[in-house]
Amino acid sequence: MTVNTDMSVRVAAITQVADKVKRFRLVREDGQPMPVFSGGSHIVVGMREGAVLRRNPYSLMSAPGDTSGFEISVLRVEKSRGGSAFLHEKVKPGDRLTVSQPLNLFPVDQRGRKHLLMAGGIGITPFMAMMDQLDRNNRAFELHYAVRTRGHGAYWRELQGRYGEQRVKVYCDEENLFIPTQAILANQPLGTHLYVCGPAGMINGVLGQARGLGWPAQNLHAEEFLAPPLGKPFKAVLAKSGKTIEVAAHQSILEAAEAAGIDAPYLCRGGACGQCETNVTACTGTIEHNDHFLEPQDKASGRKIMICVSRIDGSQITLDL
Amino acid sequence: MSLTFKKETFRDDFSFRNSPASIRRFPFPFNEDKYMYAVNMEPHVPAGPPNHSYNKLIDVDEHFVAEMEDRAKVLKEDPLRYQALPHMMTAQWDTLELLMEQQAQGFPEHFSLDRDGDRWHWINRPMGIDRHFVFGDATTLPCEPFEFITRQAQGDFCIVDQRDGNLWMDAGMVTTQADWSLDFDVGMNFMEWHGPVPLAHQLGVFERALKFLLNLQQSKPVRRLNWTMTINPRLDTSPENYHKWGPDRATVTPENVGDKVHLRCELQSLWRLPRSNAILFVIRCYLIKMEELVTISKWARRFHRVLRDLPPELIDYKGLTRYRPVTVEWLSKFDDGAPTSPGIFPD
Repeated sequence: MTVNTDMSVRVAAITQVADKVKRFRLVREDGQPMPVFSGGSHIVVGMREGAVLRRNPYSLMSAPGDTSGFEISVLRVEKSRGGSAFLHEKVKPGDRLTVSQPLNLFPVDQRGRKHLLMAGGIGITPFMAMMDQLDRNNRAFELHYAVRTRGHGAYWRELQGRYGEQRVKVYCDEENLFIPTQAILANQPLGTHLYVCGPAGMINGVLGQARGLGWPAQNLHAEEFLAPPLGKPFKAVLAKSGKTIEVAAHQSILEAAEAAGIDAPYLCRGGACGQCETNVTACTGTIEHNDHFLEPQDKASGRKIMICVSRIDGSQITLDL
Repeated sequence: MSLTFKKETFRDDFSFRNSPASIRRFPFPFNEDKYMYAVNMEPHVPAGPPNHSYNKLIDVDEHFVAEMEDRAKVLKEDPLRYQALPHMMTAQWDTLELLMEQQAQGFPEHFSLDRDGDRWHWINRPMGIDRHFVFGDATTLPCEPFEFITRQAQGDFCIVDQRDGNLWMDAGMVTTQADWSLDFDVGMNFMEWHGPVPLAHQLGVFERALKFLLNLQQSKPVRRLNWTMTINPRLDTSPENYHKWGPDRATVTPENVGDKVHLRCELQSLWRLPRSNAILFVIRCYLIKMEELVTISKWARRFHRVLRDLPPELIDYKGLTRYRPVTVEWLSKFDDGAPTSPGIFPD
């Protein structure tokens, strides 16, 4: 038995907050309060455009205790698979969407004596909610926020206004200012936890430096939302459902299965939570593992795939789905 | 439905009894005529026939007041049955909110909760508690929020923190336990506290259960049933008090099986807590005497078969060795070999 706890929402407001970044405020259609959540949580937003149903994950940026509505910020991606373009160009105030319950794969470690946050670009969004929570709980934190240009950076002025320039530091590529990660990481009190959200290169760079400086693995936290990478089309044979589906170049296996009417399990749709792990029984081609979940030996075995972000370079894959 | 709360004891003269209505609402844990470990979790949604213990997600029954009195006695003798590590304060408030909301919604004749922003007013009529406090401000309660509410809610409660891909037993109120100790397990992770369980590790049950729980979602609690047996209706069968209840197991005779031997069922529910991202683990204990159990013929037949065919490792782990043969013999009189209907509810 599955229980559907998705909520119908109305777009209450859309605000252009920076170049290519829009903020959407979503309120429940049934007038009930939104659930409280914890900083770092995301929701999956369901959007229907004609026959196409898109489901994309976005970090919640509104105050975790604000039950009047949820807010997300969406970056217009150049090579959009459809979701960000749809939200930016088609969705208008008053339109209806669905949202899932909040899920947190990037939580604050409640034991931290101090919380060091590093954001790159749109990676700022989970920290907006996290800082509200840390501030309310009187926890020590500081944010280091890298933006391409002041115009590209969303929210930095507002954040400096609220938390002060000592706690919110902004670094702008265009001005040749970069986060001095080495110096920052080398000078933190014991018990500090580090959180990084941004592009893969930034996450790997910062975490690599932290490990090099002897930070314990348990004190390092990162979140990178993967959009399912584009690739070549292929066939997927779904053994349990008795269906063969075409996975298009811009689609994930999960999306193609859903379009064929199959109710496949998922939670994060970003290759992190493990919910959509699926057994592979045959594959003509090479699996392109794009997730953060499977262990290297599982990836090497060719027997498992995370269907929300991974695909194949080849002609056909047979799945236990 | 208005409940009449019983005056009864779970120690000394053991006056605990189930009313006929209470027998019918018992969460009988066997859905077939045999038993083995499984990740038997299902969505925790209201279910069962009218007034069944599955009707409300946090159940309150006729034993509420007596159980809370027993808990107070246990805590007085041994304050370490309640513990909460310092980083669990947000989760404590999450738990207080959940239990107050569920009890007030489920049993409005007995509990009420009024909220004006952070100013809350809680009334627990059966225990005569009427309290105004500020949500989030522990100084406005007589004790920590988790202790305050779990002195007013049936069942044991553990709050597990989620980090590093594991779950950590970082707070608990545990006074009605089947031979495990919060004081020993506090701070342990999921694999560590399940260490002593036989067979299940080889079946990979705990890896699967952990993976499942790490993705537990808000608003989608899950439940499972677990069981053991207890001699005399004693709630506090803790390792700390083994000297008090261990010897009871040698007192079972063919004449007293019906009164002394109890099936002990744990209705376990797991809830993702919203502010802390921790998980609340509710272990609600229900007791039923053999002579009460056999008034439901389906349960009499089925429990006889389960107990008769139980794997030896489980007999040993659950501590049934001494009195199982005499109990099976006694139950056999109520098993005519007829088939039993599917599911756990009475026919």
